Amino acid sequence: MRRHVISVLVNDQPGVLQRVAGLFGRRGFNIESITVGSSEEPGLSRMIIVTRGDEKTMEQVSKQLYKLIDVAKVVDLSASPMVARELALIKVGAEPAERPEILGVVDTFRASVVDVGPNTLIVQVVGDSDKIDAMVELLKPYGIKELTRTGVTAMTRGMIRKQQP
Amino acid sequence: MSIQNVIASSESKDELRQRLLKPDEITGSEILLRTLLLEGVECVFGYPGGAVLYIYDAMYGNPDFKHLLTRHEQGAIHAADGYARSTGKVGVCIATSGPGATNLVTGIATAYMDSVPLVCITGNVATSLIGSDAFQEADIIGITMPITKHSYLVRDVKDLARTIREAFHIASTGRKGPVLIDIPKDVSNQVTRFEYPETISLPTYKPTLYPNKLQVDKLLAAIEEAKQPVILAGGGVVYADASAELIEFAEKTRIPVTTTLLGLGGFPSGHELWMGMPGMHGTKTANYALQNADLLISIGARFDDRVTMKLEGFAPRAKIAHIDIDPAEIGKNVPVDIPVVSDVKEALKEANTKARPAQSEEWIKQIQEMKEQYPLRYKDSDDELKPQWVIEMISETTNGEAFITTDVGQHQMWVAQYYKFKNPRSLITSGGLGTMGFGFPSAIGVQMAHPDKLVISINGDGGMQMCAQELAVCAINNIPVKIVVINNQVLGMVRQWQELIYDSRYSHIDLSGSPDFVKLAEAYGVKGLRATTKEEARAAWQEALNHPGPVLIDFVVSKMENVYPMVQQGCTLDEMIMGDSE
Ligand SMILES: Cc1ncc(C[n+]2csc(CCOP(=O)(O)OP(=O)(O)O)c2C)c(N)n1
Repeated sequence: MRRHVISVLVNDQPGVLQRVAGLFGRRGFNIESITVGSSEEPGLSRMIIVTRGDEKTMEQVSKQLYKLIDVAKVVDLSASPMVARELALIKVGAEPAERPEILGVVDTFRASVVDVGPNTLIVQVVGDSDKIDAMVELLKPYGIKELTRTGVTAMTRGMIRKQQP
Repeated sequence: MSIQNVIASSESKDELRQRLLKPDEITGSEILLRTLLLEGVECVFGYPGGAVLYIYDAMYGNPDFKHLLTRHEQGAIHAADGYARSTGKVGVCIATSGPGATNLVTGIATAYMDSVPLVCITGNVATSLIGSDAFQEADIIGITMPITKHSYLVRDVKDLARTIREAFHIASTGRKGPVLIDIPKDVSNQVTRFEYPETISLPTYKPTLYPNKLQVDKLLAAIEEAKQPVILAGGGVVYADASAELIEFAEKTRIPVTTTLLGLGGFPSGHELWMGMPGMHGTKTANYALQNADLLISIGARFDDRVTMKLEGFAPRAKIAHIDIDPAEIGKNVPVDIPVVSDVKEALKEANTKARPAQSEEWIKQIQEMKEQYPLRYKDSDDELKPQWVIEMISETTNGEAFITTDVGQHQMWVAQYYKFKNPRSLITSGGLGTMGFGFPSAIGVQMAHPDKLVISINGDGGMQMCAQELAVCAINNIPVKIVVINNQVLGMVRQWQELIYDSRYSHIDLSGSPDFVKLAEAYGVKGLRATTKEEARAAWQEALNHPGPVLIDFVVSKMENVYPMVQQGCTLDEMIMGDSE
């Protein structure tokens, strides 16, 4: 049950996210995260879906997605070298005395502090999911008041994939 | 009144087309009607309501447009479904918003499971009210997303003509299926200049129609090596109009054929190479052949669990080839060695150019022997009417030339077993969803499409009560369907399962309190007949055939009859119970 990062290029139509997410739910495919945004092509959006499954399941995921009329292209990004990034905002309890310590952690992770309250800090961190997990672990002792993650967005490295004829 | 062609005779089709295509300023409703006519729709089935009143108003006095008012939206969609299955054309139904739309749901799911091309038009509340829980508002797009091939909510009348064109294209190409178009009330009344889009542009929709030649060659090579090959032919053969190609293929390659429920008629039942239906109530020969095959070629069949039964242990020795237009079916249930994604007709045409026989003569002989040794049989009786006997009688009188629709249950399986289908599209039945209530209304659609043909609808006494109100439609429009009720006074198939699997604990299957079906028919103005003995059955059936209008015949049959052979759930195909047939 490997983790797969799938890129799905879809028509920018109302209801497309519902169609895709519904298909995963209905067919018993798992979704770890799903993100949607515009793509390089006008009229098309790109969804990045993180899922787990064996090869047979992945084949079905792709084939079932292609059955949706609004799906233009499905690529398993994790089949080749890729860059995958997620962003998290973490509101952590930070009494003035603890701040230097927290800032130390923030620095090591090349994260940044984007808000300072009387006894809290909001830390913004970007990276692959493991890095964010690690950062969260390290901040836990200070008391995480609020946490939000975007889910993964990703693309393959280097070469431009050949367009279909 | 008789069922008429809709196109006025004084005007040629071309003239009508030119008139329809005129770029007038018209309302959304008029665009809808014109576009439907331009798509070649001969008859739509529907039920009005507030959200579609502009559409119904546009129909008023329109001589070109034929609409049949059913008595329930479920009746309308099953009729449209029967129309589509029996012709291969797109069936169309119309319902209002909210309850009208939700009443279509069972019919949409039925069509989706069996890949039937439908365009379902629903009204919705005005665009300004959408999302406000307005009177009779339902998110029908959301509700039907899992059971439609695609759907549209039209928010701008300018998109309407294009949307309808696309919907017909999507419904009727690739793997066919139902498409829903939701039209808010204000959109059906907005006016715009009608421009009929001559071309359709759907860049993200590209069904594969032609096979990969290397894969076909691989299949042909496998055939030449095979000693015990089997063809499993499904509804895809019928839908692709590929019957003739299948016969040629089977004869050239010398491979025995088993046809699934939806494939019945796709290969003539009298053919030397035909083995009957496979699966839960399949023939011993077909199931034996599947379990012992060294090469299994599935053609437009999707390895439904009613066919494969326990998947581990299905066709254990066979190399598997799968021809299907839907790539997602390949490898979904069964691992496939030779995948061929293609329209079935195109794939078979390609294969037929080079097909050579398998080494199967010994195998065919063995199968012939099995067919003789294990024919379908039942214990006949002179005291009570046996349902199988009734089906055989009907089969003999029609000589396979009628359209048969069935409902769901034991009678459906007996029709599949004992009616001798000769022609594709002659069996109209709900396979994938198994929808009770489908049998009778679907026959109305079949008869509308084939006014001069004999259409027989075979129902259980349970299912007959699920859409009986459509008797009114037959009566008022003189739609001459022969409605058969196989009346065993119980929910027969459920009774059978309770007997065999639940220790004869007959929980809630007694249909006492059913109406007198003869009187029910008569109450609607339909002729009603009853038979309780063979003699009465023959006479009643003959009278029904002679009667020019609709007739309901209530065949009172034995209650305790079971469908055999049977493979129970969790068993493999070779673990059959033969029951009375042994
Ligand atoms: C709408 C619907 N409800 C329930 C079922 C479950 N079901 C399958 S067969 C059957 C019994 C059908 O009884 P009847 O119509 O009398 O036909 P018979 O089996 O006796 O021929 C039932 C209840 C179904 N298929 N469809």
